[in-house]
Amino acid sequence: MSELLHLSGLTITPWQQPARRLVNDVSFTLESGRTTCIVGESGSGKSLTALAVMGLLPMGLQRQAGQVMFQGRELTMSSQAELQQIRGKRIGMIFQEPMTSLNPVLNIGFQIGESLTVHLGLRGQELKTRVAALLEQVGIPAVRANSYPDELSGGQRQRVMIAMSIACEPVLLIADEPTTALDVTVQAQILQLLAELKVRMNMGMLFITHDFGVVADIADDVVVMFRGEVVEAGPVDQILVCPQHPYTRALLDCVPDAEGLKPLKPIDYAWLA
Amino acid sequence: MADIILSAQGLTKIYRQRSGRFGFGSSQIKALDNVSLSLKQGATLAVVGESGSGKSTLARCLLQLQPLDAGEVQFEGRELGRLTGTELRGVRRHLQMVFQDPFASLNPRMKVGEIVAEGLLIHKLGNATTRRDQVLRMLQRVGLAAPDMDKYPHEFSGGQRQRIGIARALVLEPKVVVCDEPVSALDVSIQAQILLLLKELQLEMGLSYLFISHDLRVVRHMADEVMVMHRGRIVEQGEVAQVYADPQHEYTRNLLNSIPGHHRMATATT
Repeated sequence: MSELLHLSGLTITPWQQPARRLVNDVSFTLESGRTTCIVGESGSGKSLTALAVMGLLPMGLQRQAGQVMFQGRELTMSSQAELQQIRGKRIGMIFQEPMTSLNPVLNIGFQIGESLTVHLGLRGQELKTRVAALLEQVGIPAVRANSYPDELSGGQRQRVMIAMSIACEPVLLIADEPTTALDVTVQAQILQLLAELKVRMNMGMLFITHDFGVVADIADDVVVMFRGEVVEAGPVDQILVCPQHPYTRALLDCVPDAEGLKPLKPIDYAWLA
Repeated sequence: MADIILSAQGLTKIYRQRSGRFGFGSSQIKALDNVSLSLKQGATLAVVGESGSGKSTLARCLLQLQPLDAGEVQFEGRELGRLTGTELRGVRRHLQMVFQDPFASLNPRMKVGEIVAEGLLIHKLGNATTRRDQVLRMLQRVGLAAPDMDKYPHEFSGGQRQRIGIARALVLEPKVVVCDEPVSALDVSIQAQILLLLKELQLEMGLSYLFISHDLRVVRHMADEVMVMHRGRIVEQGEVAQVYADPQHEYTRNLLNSIPGHHRMATATT
């Protein structure tokens, strides 16, 4: 196993208020063939961290400090042109909203094929065959390549997003809450699919979620974020069985269990501060 | 039985849609197929199913927000389908709903105080002073403060908006509250707060809940009885503990197996 992605001291602030650290000194390492889950509530900075890896921070935000090493290369020093070579090819990304991330006026075959044309120069029959294979891989019949996003269900759209993100066989897949908008059974299928793809393609996966149930299903390593900072990180078994930080424990406690054995406990922020 | 507050028999709802080339054909979808239920006074009945299973249609049909194709709904022994418009409006005070999306279900142009007071105005309850008092008390009860009455919905977070939605429904002191996925748009940490609030209010006000959800973990904590819906039909129903421990229908088993982390979380948390 080799080091795939390494973040050190990543700090993100608004341009206008450099003292307000939305992400503060975040460091962790992801190895290829493993899944790291970033867990936290809304506003914890988990999505910003993922966006910063890709150099896709929203307007008005800056990476104030820190490094992002991807395969031994400093991404933050790369030019836009170099980043465009990497994004979509060696780093794939799945966004949260399958309803809004697809272009409604282009058929899904075109949208999946786009990155293959751009990055690998595939065209014509070769491209068609590859797109068909990708669709089959995510469990959608190849004939649906001519369908438009509105003709697909939420789960199918998310599968299309996955097919797009793995089209160029990336070594790193970043998934930002890819299943929160989906039904439980569909969620289980998508998680299963991602786990299979990870093994088959020896991908590293950076998976963002707020649900510890999902973490238990998919993670090898866990990074817990709270108010922009990493409060705890470690292998999934350790985090689930003996969480050290009170926030991790609180976050675990507010997940309802299917057995109904433990009482629901909301997070007591006053006590944490 | 005396303690049944809301019941329904043989509810059927068919949606017709245009289909085929240029929409010249038409096809039918049975959103509700012979659904019966009974909700006990002070209890929580959960309706579980995936999108498209008909659970939201069921909620709307029970409250007479949508016409039924067949079936009857009784509230406190009165047949809702036979009531006149005026009578139905009177009954509606006792049948309230908490909606799923806290962003879409509050009017962005109204202040929070106005949103919560609107039901009282419509039902002509009290005068301006007592209404203001009631609204304030309700908002405080759900965890908001007096200055919040003059704010607009966009100034609040998702969890706070859902509290406003709950206050809006409960200020009328209803008897039955239909909660349509009340926490599915919220973070898990906020979910727990809202669920506990709903439980507390149920005890305090003697509410009966029809709790619609696709999340079986949440249902386990909230409900006394559960109905599993699949394609407009009820495939299984019973007491929560029993259904979870010994699911009879294949679809229920599938749903239970899909709960994220159900293998590991059970052993991990103590």
